[in-house]
Order: sequence, then structure tokens, then C-alpha cells
Amino acid sequence: MNFELTEEQKMIQQAARDYANRELILDVLERDANSIYPAKHVKALADLGFMGMMVDPKYDGSGMDTISYVLAMEELSKVDASVSVIVSVNNSLVCYGIEAFGTEEQKEKYLKPLARGEMIGAFLLSEPEAGSDATSQHTTAEDMGDHYLVNGTKNWITNGNSASVYILIAQTHPELKHKGINALIVDRHSPGITLGPHEDKMGMRSSDTHSVMFTDVKVPKENRIGADGFGFKMAMMTLEGGRLGIASQALGIASGAYERAVKYSKERKAFGTEIFHHQSVAFKLAEMYTRIECGRLLCFHAAWLKDNHQPFGVASAMAKYHCAETAMWVTTEAVQIHGGYGYVKEYHVERLMREAKLTQIYEGTSEIQKLIISRDIFSH
Amino acid sequence: MKILVCMSVVPDTTTQIRFKPDMNSMETTGIQWIINPWDELALTRALEIREQPDSVVTQVSVVHIGLKDADPVIQKALAVGADSAYRVNVAAAGAMEVACQLSEVVKKEHFDLVITGHDSADYNGSAVGEMLAELLDWTSFSSISSFSAARDSITIEREMDSRTETIIAHPPCVLTIQKGIAKDPRIPSLRGIMGARSKPLLQLEPIPCTGTSAYVKFENPAPRSKCRMIDPANPEELVELLRNEANVL
Repeated sequence: MNFELTEEQKMIQQAARDYANRELILDVLERDANSIYPAKHVKALADLGFMGMMVDPKYDGSGMDTISYVLAMEELSKVDASVSVIVSVNNSLVCYGIEAFGTEEQKEKYLKPLARGEMIGAFLLSEPEAGSDATSQHTTAEDMGDHYLVNGTKNWITNGNSASVYILIAQTHPELKHKGINALIVDRHSPGITLGPHEDKMGMRSSDTHSVMFTDVKVPKENRIGADGFGFKMAMMTLEGGRLGIASQALGIASGAYERAVKYSKERKAFGTEIFHHQSVAFKLAEMYTRIECGRLLCFHAAWLKDNHQPFGVASAMAKYHCAETAMWVTTEAVQIHGGYGYVKEYHVERLMREAKLTQIYEGTSEIQKLIISRDIFSH
Repeated sequence: MKILVCMSVVPDTTTQIRFKPDMNSMETTGIQWIINPWDELALTRALEIREQPDSVVTQVSVVHIGLKDADPVIQKALAVGADSAYRVNVAAAGAMEVACQLSEVVKKEHFDLVITGHDSADYNGSAVGEMLAELLDWTSFSSISSFSAARDSITIEREMDSRTETIIAHPPCVLTIQKGIAKDPRIPSLRGIMGARSKPLLQLEPIPCTGTSAYVKFENPAPRSKCRMIDPANPEELVELLRNEANVL
């Protein structure tokens, strides 16, 4: 067992850290306050190769391993999870979904520009009445011979407006339940697509989240990913990687808050000494550090399994569950260590706390992760 | 035109520097090593010039005088765009030995322009550039804040106290850069990082060079004395302390 990162992995980690600390930090508060989409950062990260990190270079990706992806996600998320979620959706859900299950024509037409970051993608699974229960898809993709006719509404869509390409999960054969679901590649600007208003969220305020309405939208047959009825399986397999992206994001939110808490505890004095000398603060930091390290190892393990083509769904569920819960706890305690300063925006930890909350909800709630893990326990 | 950027590998600038018990060398355990920030800016400017349309610059290489453990840091220079790298495999004792080893690389590989940073962030000697020019018998320009390259000439700007000097120079020459040369060092792209592995990083054996100086001893600055608060209603106490304790009145 080797816990040492390669020189390339260290360099990728440093590159993401440098970008976050040099560029993202400059306008993160303003973008958070005013819900401004980080277009220039998405472009810059695309130029550096972060939008198609794990895509094979023959499809214009960077060809990195999943460990490198975890490292990059953590570093970006320490500073700005609104940006890292855009990176995560494009990499884990959209690029991966097309690369793993798409046809050569689909890869040529969609994967290449997505990997270059010239197109941004979105993954449309959640519905007003189908969140955790993803089998209950009400959006329909009616088979019309040479095309599908799509009707329905999707909710909470990250990159809903900024995306050029959607991967849409919709029901074609309701009688077959989840085995009748298809995954379709949809041009965002197809006639019949309308967007709900920009969601005014608690955190991750700089990413654009919308509901997306489909009214008689025609999608060519050749845009279906995989065989007829493969959509639900495709979505579940893709979400295994998506969970790892959000686990790494939660890890970054936690470690970002922890690093700020450590720094503050060395500067802030109370009762005649820096507050880290007080056991109540020092023990809190020790617990934060330990939980974060556990999360990091869970993420690395899931990434290692994925890179070695072994089943990683349960490992990524454990990483996502642990890291999301850790992020929520660590950020809350980081605010506590900062006291009143933690409650104002200037010190960033209140924003990290707001961002942490979403990691317990999206890409599968903590409860769904526990369901996956517990089912695995009793399946043997 | 072939440009060679001289590159020191130094502790991360946030490192708290400690010395070994004998106080004549730095404690290097646990240090994260980086490209000397001045040298990184010099490299950035050299790459900017090479990438201009119709650039006369055909090659930008870096050179480091040091042992193999510097290779991961040199890889970063290749990842941001340097075409090749040289490392002379010796732990040089001082500025003159570094300059001596550098001069051999410059002569052997036929570079036209050599750029060094203002100083290195570890020992802050500010000596190598001038020494190198002397050993090569080349013209040297120090404190450069900007330069550009044409077919047979280099246009140099130097920011002085109350004026800017513009100089036309003819290679070969050595430039020592100061602030203003480039805005920010480059962040390597992921393709650049993976591509760095396939670029040449040549290890050269050192030539016999004799240093002209050696570090004898380092001393830490004296710890700052505690701040003493004086009641503003009692200025006599302040005067008394300044006169009899600080001895400044």
C-alpha cells in the first residue's frame, strides 16, 4: 500500500490550489452576495484542463486519474464550492456519462467540446416529485420513430442556464418502470425548452440552478445513450462517480474551514494567550483534523477502486456520507471558533457553512448514502 | 534566439527558516521547495516573448545547479512551457561556484541570452548574474523591469528612482530582472504537467570550480522585546524611559 502521491498528482494539486488562492478568492464574496455566475473562472479552468480532467486525451481531455480529480476538487472547494460544483457536474456526470456509455459519434460531437470546456454540461435527473426516489420519473420521452418527444419538468439543475448540453433522464416505457427510462443528450437551445427563474439558494450562490421545462421537445434518436431502457442504470452508474466528486467537494469545504480556524486560533487572543492554547479549541481542531483525514482516505480509496476498474459505488457512498457530515460539522465548529467574526462574511467560514449544507442533500442525500451502504452490508 | 533562464530551488516563501545546531547551514527537513519566485517571473516573461507572433525566440530552457531532489521542482518549469531543462549535478557552495557551473552550460549549449532573478529567496546573494556575465565576458544589465527581443537586439527597460531607462542591447548578454517583469507566474495546465515528463531534463556533470567564499555562521535576529504600555497621563515616564533605558534622547 502506497500513500505517496506522484509528482504529477502533487503538481495538479498545487495548480488547483494556486488558481483558487490567486483567482477564485478575489471575487468569491461578491459572486456569493450577488449570485454571479463565474464565467471567467470556468473559462480559465477549462484552459487549464480542469473541465475534462479524466477524459481520454483522444477526446481532448486531460487524461488524469481519479485521485488527481479528488485533489483538484478539494483544493478548489476550499475556496469556492460554487465553482467546484460546475467542475464536478461537467467532469463526473456529463463527460463521464458520454465517455463511458456514449457512441463514437456522440463523443465526437459532444464529449470533445465538453472536455475542452467550450461546452458546459448539465445532468437532469431530479424532478419536483422525484428526488431521492429517482425511479419515479414523470418526464416522458415518447418514442416517435426517428425521434423522442420530451415533456416534463426537471428541478434543481446545476448549470441549468449556462450549459449547452443536457443529459436528460426521462421515461419512455412507463409500464417497465425504471427499466423503461432513457438517457438522452439534449441541445439546451432546442425549441420547447424553457427555464424557471434562477434559484435563490442558501449557499453555492454563484452556480446557476434552475428548473427546466420541456414542452414537445424533439430529440433525435441517435442522441440516446446506450440501449433502449438503459437510462436508469446509466444514471445510477454515473452517479457513483458524481458522489465521489461531491465527496471531494465536501472534503474541500471542511478542510478550507479547518485551515481558516487553525489560522484564526493562532492569531486571536483570549484570556492572555492565543486561543489554540485553550484545550476547548485545541481539542476541537484535533477532532476536525482527524475527521477530515478520514474523509480524505475514504475519497482516495474510492478513487483508487475506480482507477483500478473495481466496483466503487459503496466506497463512494461512504466517502460522500462521511465527507458531507464532516463538512457540516467542521464548518459549524469553525464558525464557533471564530465567534462573532465567524458570523460575518469577511471571514468566509459562514459561507463555507452554507455551502456544506448542500453536500448533505445533493448527489444523493446522506440518508440515501446510508441506504446504499446498509443494503450492501446485508447483501452478502 | 535561445534563452536560458537560471533557476534556483528555494524554500516556499512562507517557510519559517531554521538553522542547524552548528548555525552554518539551513535546516531543510520538512521544507517544501519551489522555483525561486524571481526566476519564475523571468521564465514567465521569456515564455511570453517566445509565444508572440513572429517571435525570434526559438527556445526557452531552464538550468539549475543542484542535486536530483530538485527535479520535481524543475518539472514545474517544463510544465509551464520551458522547452528543456539542464541540471548540473553538484551542491554548489556559493555564488561563484554556481556562476562557474552556469557559464559552462551557456558556452556548451550556445545560448544567446541568459536571464537570472534579482536574487534567490534563500540566501539573497544577488551576485550570480553579474559573476556569470564576467565569466562569460558578456554584457550585463541588472534591475531589468521589462525586455523584448527583436532579430539582433533586445530592448530593455530599467526603472530607476525617478526615471525609466530604455536601452537597446545586442546579444549575447545577461539580464538580471527585478519586479515588473511579469504580472504573475504561470499556473501549469494539466496537459503541460503530463507533457513535462516527455521533455528533456538533462543531468550534466559539474566542471571543477572553486568557490571564492563560504558561509561561516548565521545568526537569528534578537527576539523583539515586549511592548510596554505607558499611561498617557504620565508623559514623564515616557521621557524617563527614552532617556535612561532606550538611550535615544
